[in-house]
Amino acid sequence: MAETNETILAIRELKVNFTTPDGTVNAVKGIDLDVRAGETLAVVGESGSGKSQTMMGIMGLLARNGAVTGSAMYRGKELIGVPPAELNKVRGAKVTMIFQEPMTSLDPLYPIGRQIAEPIVHHRGGSYKEARKRVLELLELVGIPEPARRIDSYPHELSGGQRQRVMIAMALANDPDILIADEPTTALDVTIQAQILKLLRSLQERFGMAIVLITHDLGIVRHFAERVAVMRRGEVVEQGATADIFDRPTSDYTKMLLAAEPHGRKAPPSDAAPIILEGRDVVVDYRIGGGLFSGGASTFRAVDRVTVRLREGQTIGIVGESGSGKSTLGRALLRLVHSEGRYRFGSTDISGFDRSRMRPLRKAMQLVFQDPYGSLSPRQTVGEIITEGLLVHEPELGKAERDRRAIAALSEVGLDPDARNRYPHEFSGGQRQRIAIARAMILKPKVVILDEPTSALDRSVQGQVIELLRSLQRSHQLSYVFISHDLSVVKAMSDYVVVMKDGRIVEEGETDSIFEAPANAYTKSLIGAAFNI
Amino acid sequence: MIAFVLRRLASAVPTLFIVVTISFFLMRFAPGGPFNLERPLPPATMENLVRTYQLDQPLWRQYATYVSNAVTGDFGPSYVYKDNSVAELIGKGLPYSMELGFYALLLALIGGVAMGTVAALRQNSALDFGIMSLATVGTTVPNFVVGPVLTLIFAIVLSWLPAGGWGDGSLRFLILPMIALALPQLAVFARLTRGSMIEALHADHIRTVRAYGLPSRVVVVTHAMRGAMLPVVSYLAPCAAALLTGSAVVETIFTIPGVGRYFVLGAINRDYTLVMGTVILIAIFVIVFNLLVDILYGLLDPRVRHD
Repeated sequence: MAETNETILAIRELKVNFTTPDGTVNAVKGIDLDVRAGETLAVVGESGSGKSQTMMGIMGLLARNGAVTGSAMYRGKELIGVPPAELNKVRGAKVTMIFQEPMTSLDPLYPIGRQIAEPIVHHRGGSYKEARKRVLELLELVGIPEPARRIDSYPHELSGGQRQRVMIAMALANDPDILIADEPTTALDVTIQAQILKLLRSLQERFGMAIVLITHDLGIVRHFAERVAVMRRGEVVEQGATADIFDRPTSDYTKMLLAAEPHGRKAPPSDAAPIILEGRDVVVDYRIGGGLFSGGASTFRAVDRVTVRLREGQTIGIVGESGSGKSTLGRALLRLVHSEGRYRFGSTDISGFDRSRMRPLRKAMQLVFQDPYGSLSPRQTVGEIITEGLLVHEPELGKAERDRRAIAALSEVGLDPDARNRYPHEFSGGQRQRIAIARAMILKPKVVILDEPTSALDRSVQGQVIELLRSLQRSHQLSYVFISHDLSVVKAMSDYVVVMKDGRIVEEGETDSIFEAPANAYTKSLIGAAFNI
Repeated sequence: MIAFVLRRLASAVPTLFIVVTISFFLMRFAPGGPFNLERPLPPATMENLVRTYQLDQPLWRQYATYVSNAVTGDFGPSYVYKDNSVAELIGKGLPYSMELGFYALLLALIGGVAMGTVAALRQNSALDFGIMSLATVGTTVPNFVVGPVLTLIFAIVLSWLPAGGWGDGSLRFLILPMIALALPQLAVFARLTRGSMIEALHADHIRTVRAYGLPSRVVVVTHAMRGAMLPVVSYLAPCAAALLTGSAVVETIFTIPGVGRYFVLGAINRDYTLVMGTVILIAIFVIVFNLLVDILYGLLDPRVRHD
């Protein structure tokens, strides 16, 4: 590596402010940060820490209501407060960036080859035809198979991992000095995540650019970065060599972050525990296309002959990457999608039940979703949201009694009962997920399907939600189906694990045996990618 | 692509058939008839007329006759303009309506997109508010007000332009009716463009091209505008069909011999065949333009390409 310890980007007293109707928000409060040639600097923090806004400010990419002040010198050249034409000479050429959202960071209307060529043509001159050779080279470099064919593909024809590779190709196009990677793997499956990080590392070894890695994931930092800066609420609370930070953290916040990795284990239920929910040979087919004049439809098998037996007090973790059918399976178990198979709830065979016959059972079978923002109606108060189920399932309750239940449910999930008069947007992500859990708990269910309940949350908040789910399970003898792509959370939450791929179960067993001695090659690669990046 | 076009054209046949059927019976169930004039005709004349036009036949037979004739391109005689067939009337008037409508469409599209883009780029500025207020005026003030006001200012007070008529068909005669016809659509295009442009400018991939140092002209024109045009293109089909088939109000105010008047006159006079002819004309325009727009959409957006 071309490490000379020379500082190539010096950030001093950098501030980012946003003007909002509620006053000014100080997102970054005057930070100092150095990036040295050829190094990997990780900027770590939870959402709202200002880690992304720092880089957006330097790159001139803030939202309209944002303003950046202070100084960022790139090799003696000021980047803050200069006219866009000046900044455009540096960004995209010497300092480049890749983003968190590989699905939307490329223009859907142009072939990828042309998009990679754009900064080449712009910064180096020449025609698109001349740039084509370089683009092919770059695609080869970032490991896109069949570059000559792929160069004319459109973004929607590529997977998320491939799109992130295309973004990396774009970032490398003009031989950058600094590559800023803003949560480059957060939106990707674990196995893809590991590939992308490996690619970044090997490219860095070859070309010697510095990488600024913005992430919330400490696991990645430990294996990837040489230096770490920990940010919290717009300030750098601690920075230093990676090993020092991990072994001897000085700030309480860093200590808390390091301790926030989910831990603990769940003991399996007793062998005598009866089966509460069973789905045998579950098959879910989706129809694709088909219409009066548009030719034949085809079917896509999302879940392919899967059998799940959930016992009372048990937590089954269903893991798999996107598209593995794990969420669809969860919905099929609750009879929320059209599916084939035999289903049993307690001692009742519910296989042929239609919507009206399922309704009385719904009270006992609840679902909590991943997205704490999208799953709560923004126009209802929290009280209305969580008591809505009571109106359907216990219509005999009076208003006062419903209110009493709402207070009890909110206290149970650790929220102030006053919350019931407020609206969802007034709460943080973690609080909203508590509201969603309260909405399920108020009906006193027996089975709760948790569909990625912690994936949208910061690690420290995640830990609290996991604790909450555990204590609810203990006090109400709940049975959970815990769907997640996050293996460390699954490991902490469940006593039985089902690994899914392409709609099928590839391996299942008790949590310890799956994690300690996985038998299946896919399970091995999944665990390898998640725990030793 | 060819298969897609053929499939769409095939699906147009049942659509047209349904349109014809519904409007045929709706017309007949409306009270009155083509020969119920203010001063009733003598019974003998009436009977003669009814027999000549086969209105004494049972309804289903009239319907069958109409459909079988229409398939061969014979849309029957007009009941009111007695010396002309419906095909002749439409054939004579359509070129005028289409020429005027084409210019109005160009004006609405180019003007609306330009204004909407400027408003989006200067969001919440005085210019933005000015353009959007104008758009509100364009949508809310009906063209039977805009037309006479334009005539008053430019034809009567300033005497720059003729007050009406087709004249020799030169641009001078077209300007005022074109503006009156285009204004409401221009307002819609401006609004649509502004909205989708603002959304496009906030897209992640716009942030990407900014981050790569591309000049704002490239960012706006090459990347943001192309995406922002998709909803605009969708609106193009109904708009083009409406403008090219003429407007009763504008053609009446500016005494233009187009087909727009026939729809209203035909309906008032219970001129069954003329109304049917106009309905079929508009339906064909809507179908054809929807098809063209879908093809154009596919060219713009690779995700919906019909191969």
